Amino acid sequence: MSSTNSKAPNVEIKYTQIFINNEWHKATAGKTFQVINPSTGEEICQVEEGTRVDVDKAVQAARKAFDIDSPWRKLEPVARGNLMRKLASLLRRDIEYLSKLETLNNGKSVQDSKGDIFFSADCLDYYAGWVDKMVGETIPGAQDQMIYTRHEPIGVCGQIIPWNYPILMMSWKLGPALACGNVIILKPAEQTPLTALYVASLCKEAGFPPGVVNVIPGDGPECGNAISVHQDIDKVAFTGSVEVGKKVQEAAAKSNLKRVSLELGGKSPLIICEDADLDHAVKLAHRAIFGNAAQRCTAASRTFVHSKIYDEFVARSIELAKKRVVGDPFDSSTEQGPQITAEQFERILGYIESGKKDGAKLECGGERVGKKGYFIKPTVFTNVKDDMKIAREEIFGPVMSILKFDSYEEVIKRANNTTFGLAASVVTKDLTRALTFAQRLQAGSVWVNDYDAVCNQAPFGGYKQSGHGRELGRYGLEEYYEVKTVVIKLI
Amino acid sequence: MFSKLLCRQVVNHGFRLTTRAASASTQKKPVVERKPDVKYQKLFINNEFVDSSNRSTFEVINPATGDVIAEVADGSEKDVDKAVKAAKDAFRLGSEWRRMDPAARGALLYKLADLIERDRAYIAALETYNNGKPFKDSYNVDIPHSIAVLRYYAGWPDKMNGKVLPISGDFFAYTRREPIGIVGQIIPWNFPLILLCWKIGPSVATGCTTVIKLDEHTPLTGLYTAKLIAEAGFPPGVINILSGDGPHCGGSIVRHPDVAKVAFTGSTQVGKIIGAEAAKMVKRTTLELGGKSPNIVFADCDLDTAVEMSHFALFFNQGQCCCAGSRTYVEEKIYDEFVQRSVERTKQRKVGDPFDESTEQGPQISHEQMDKILDLIDSGKRAGAKLLVGGERVGDKGFFVQPTVFCDVNDDHRIAREEIFGPVMQILKFKTTDEVIERANDTDYGLAASVFTKDLDKAIVVSNGLRAGSVWVNTYDNFDPVAPFGGFKQSGLGREKSEYSLDSYTETKCVTMKISQRNS
Repeated sequence: MSSTNSKAPNVEIKYTQIFINNEWHKATAGKTFQVINPSTGEEICQVEEGTRVDVDKAVQAARKAFDIDSPWRKLEPVARGNLMRKLASLLRRDIEYLSKLETLNNGKSVQDSKGDIFFSADCLDYYAGWVDKMVGETIPGAQDQMIYTRHEPIGVCGQIIPWNYPILMMSWKLGPALACGNVIILKPAEQTPLTALYVASLCKEAGFPPGVVNVIPGDGPECGNAISVHQDIDKVAFTGSVEVGKKVQEAAAKSNLKRVSLELGGKSPLIICEDADLDHAVKLAHRAIFGNAAQRCTAASRTFVHSKIYDEFVARSIELAKKRVVGDPFDSSTEQGPQITAEQFERILGYIESGKKDGAKLECGGERVGKKGYFIKPTVFTNVKDDMKIAREEIFGPVMSILKFDSYEEVIKRANNTTFGLAASVVTKDLTRALTFAQRLQAGSVWVNDYDAVCNQAPFGGYKQSGHGRELGRYGLEEYYEVKTVVIKLI
Repeated sequence: MFSKLLCRQVVNHGFRLTTRAASASTQKKPVVERKPDVKYQKLFINNEFVDSSNRSTFEVINPATGDVIAEVADGSEKDVDKAVKAAKDAFRLGSEWRRMDPAARGALLYKLADLIERDRAYIAALETYNNGKPFKDSYNVDIPHSIAVLRYYAGWPDKMNGKVLPISGDFFAYTRREPIGIVGQIIPWNFPLILLCWKIGPSVATGCTTVIKLDEHTPLTGLYTAKLIAEAGFPPGVINILSGDGPHCGGSIVRHPDVAKVAFTGSTQVGKIIGAEAAKMVKRTTLELGGKSPNIVFADCDLDTAVEMSHFALFFNQGQCCCAGSRTYVEEKIYDEFVQRSVERTKQRKVGDPFDESTEQGPQISHEQMDKILDLIDSGKRAGAKLLVGGERVGDKGFFVQPTVFCDVNDDHRIAREEIFGPVMQILKFKTTDEVIERANDTDYGLAASVFTKDLDKAIVVSNGLRAGSVWVNTYDNFDPVAPFGGFKQSGLGREKSEYSLDSYTETKCVTMKISQRNS
C-alpha cells in the first residue's frame, strides 16, 4: 500500500493563459480559476478563466484561419499530415514532462499518463495518414452530366473535452478535425486544463498556422455554453456526461443547428459465462471496473456472472480488490490514484451509501483512504439487483457491482435494459455464444474476452443515450467533413 | 543556380505536390559529389549483402561518358531461389512480419523515407552518375517523389478495411484483405529509385514480402536503398533486392513457383513475355508498359503554357518516360505558331554534363538506346516528316542525342506509331475534336494523354473520350501518390500508386460462419 502523501516532483507549470492565434492571452474578464492536485486537494496554480468574449475572440481567429485563401486552406493535404506527425513526435519528445504534469493535475499514475501520451501520439499519426486518402466520388449520371462529390472541411469546430483522459481526449478530437482541414476551438475541462495548454504550445511549435488550434480554459456553463450557442461555430463535439450532452445538443440546435457529436456516459455490462477461464475473467473484470480509478465512460460497472461460477468469482474478485494498491500516483507501486475532485468523491461515497441502503452486500472497501486528497478504497458489492441505483446510474468511481444470472437470453435482456449503450463485453470460449452476444448487445463497442479493446483504427461511440457519432477509425472522419455534390452539365 | 525555367515548370506542374511537400527545402544548395562512392555492389538477401552464387558480376556504365563505374553481382537462378526462400520464410504464418501490428509496418516505411531524405544529396548524385539524368532532376524530383510515395503508403496498413456483408440466412460473413504472399517485382532503368519505391510501398503496406530485380543498367541506387532498408529495421527477408539481367534473373523470378504475384515495369514487348509466362501458373500480374501518348493542343489554350508543357511532356528525362507526350496534336489554327515556338524552345534546351547546373538534358541510357533513337529519326526523315531541329548525336563520348523536332508528321509514320524513348518530338496537325480523339485513340497503347484548352466542356468531353489511364488537362506528368497510374490496352494491366494499387497486392478472403440466428 503506497502512501497518499504525495511525493510529487516539482513540476514546472509553463502555460496558464488562453491560447488564440498561436499567442497567449489573459482573460478578457480579468479572472482566473484554481487548478487542484487531487492527490492532495491543494492548489497547483491559477489559470486564466475564459468567458464568452474570449470564445468570441477565438472564433474570429479561427474563422480567419479558415478563409478560403488562407495558408491553412491552401496547404496540401500531405503538408497537413506532416504537421500532425510533427505534433505527435513532440508529444513523444516531451513525454517525461507531460506525463508528470498529467499525473499532477489528474491523479492517474505516471505509468498510465505515459500510456495515454503514446496512445495520443499514435492517434495523431493514424489520422495524419488519412489526409491523402480521403476521397470523394465520381458518380455515373446521365450522358450529359459529370457528377462528383467533394468532401470539404466543416469549418470552425468547437470541441469540449473531459477531465478523465485530458491529453488522450484532446488527441482524439484534434486528429480527425485537423485531418479533414478544420479549425478548432478546444475547451479543456476546468479540472484539468494544464496539459491541454502545454499541447497548445506544441501545436505552435509543430508549425500549425495561427488560428488553426485555439485552446480556451474555462468552465462548462459559461465557456462551454458559449461554444454550444455560438452562431459562427459550425460544429460542436462534446465528451462528458449525458446530462450536459443533452444541454449541448439543445443549445446547438436552438442557435444555428451546428452539427453535433456526443460521447457520453455508460453503465456497461461485462458478462462472464460459465465456460470462462475464471482467473482470466476475474483479472479482466477487475481492470474493467477499476482502471483509471473507474473514471472511464466505458467502465464495466455491471458485472454479470453466471450462477455456476458466481461464488468462486466473487471470492476471487474481493481478494483482488483488497490487494489493489491505492495511493500517490507518483509512487510507482500505486495502481489507483485519487478521484478527480471533492465533488466527485462525495458523489461516489453517496452511491456507496445508497447501495448499502438498497440492500446490496458491501464486501470490501466503501470508504476513504487517508486524510488528504480524494482517495477511495476499491469497493465491491454483491447481491446487486437490477433496479438498485448502483446498478442503474453511472457512478464514475471504484465501485464494482456483481450481479448473478442463470440464462443467456435473460442476461442479454438485462444487459440491454438501460438508457446507456456505450460498451459491453462477454467472456466465453463458445463461438456461437460470442457471435450471438456481439449481435444482440446494444452497445457501440462489444468486446469478447477483453475489455477496453480500443484502438485508433476502430470506431468508438454510443448507442442510445451514450451518444451519437463515432470517434476513431475511418468512421471518425465522417463527423468532420461536409459532402458537396457537383454536377456539371455538358453542352 | 538551378535552371529556373525547368525547375519552375517541374515544380509548378509535374511533381509540384510531391516535391514541395516532401522536401524540406529545394532552396538549400546540396553539396554535389560528381563521382560518388559506389558502396554496395552485391545482392541483398535477408538483410545481408552477398556475392552471386557463381561469383559472376557485370559492368555498370556511366552513360555520360561510356566509362565503367562499378562491377555489380549478377544474380542467377540460384540467387533468385535463395531470395525467394528468404521471402517465403519471412512470410510464414507466425513470423515477425505476419504478426507485426499494421501501424508498425507503416512506421518502417516512414523510417525508410526519413533515411532516404537524410542521404538525399548522395543518392541523387549516385542516380545521376548511373542513369545520366541531370542532377537537379535527381535532387528535386526523383528523390523527393520517392520519399513522398513511401510516406503515402506508410499511412495505409492500418486503414485497409474489409467488409461485413449483409448475407442472407443464419450466417455471419466478412471479408479479410490478406497479403498475396511473396511478390516478384522487376523494374526498369528510367526512374530507378522512384520505381523501386512504387514497388516497395504497396508490398510493405499490404504485408507481402518481395524479391525485387533492379535493371542491369541502373542497380546502384537500389542497392544503396537496400542498406537503408536494413538500417530502417525491416525484418530480414521482407525486402530482397537483386541485380541481374532480364532473361535469367528476371525470368527466374517470374517462373518461380513460390512467387505468387509478378509486377513488371518495362517495354510492352517484354511485358507480353512475362504475362504469358506468369499465366502458366495463374500468377497475379500487373504490368506497366510502354506508351505513345497523345498530347492534344486546342486553339483556345493558353499558348505559352501549352508550348512549355508540351516541351516538358516529351523531353523530360531525356524523353525516356513511358508516358512521354510523343504525339503532339495541334489544332490547325495555331499550328504554325505552336511549331515555331516549340522549335525555339527546343533550340534553347541545353544538353550536356548532367552534373552541370545549367544542363536540362543528359545522355540516353545506353549505346543501344541511342542507336535505336537515331534509327527512328532516320525513318522519320525518310518517310517525309519535316526535321526542324536536331536529329544527330552530340559528341562521340557518352550517349547524347540532340533535342529533335519533327513537324508535318503523319499518323502512319513510324515515329508516330512506335515508342522512341528519346528526345524526339512529333507535331501533327488536326482540324476537329472528333477527328483528333479518334486519331489519338488509334494505337495499341493507352498509357496517358493530355488536353490543353480553356473550355470547360471540351476539357471534360475530350477527357472522357480518350482511352488512356491518365488524362492530364492543362498540365503533364502529375504523379501525385494519391493518383492511380496505369495503362489501357497494351500499355499495361492494373494501377500503381493510390488506393487502387492495394488491390493488386491483396487477396480477398470471405469468411462465412454459421450462427444459430441472424438478426439485422
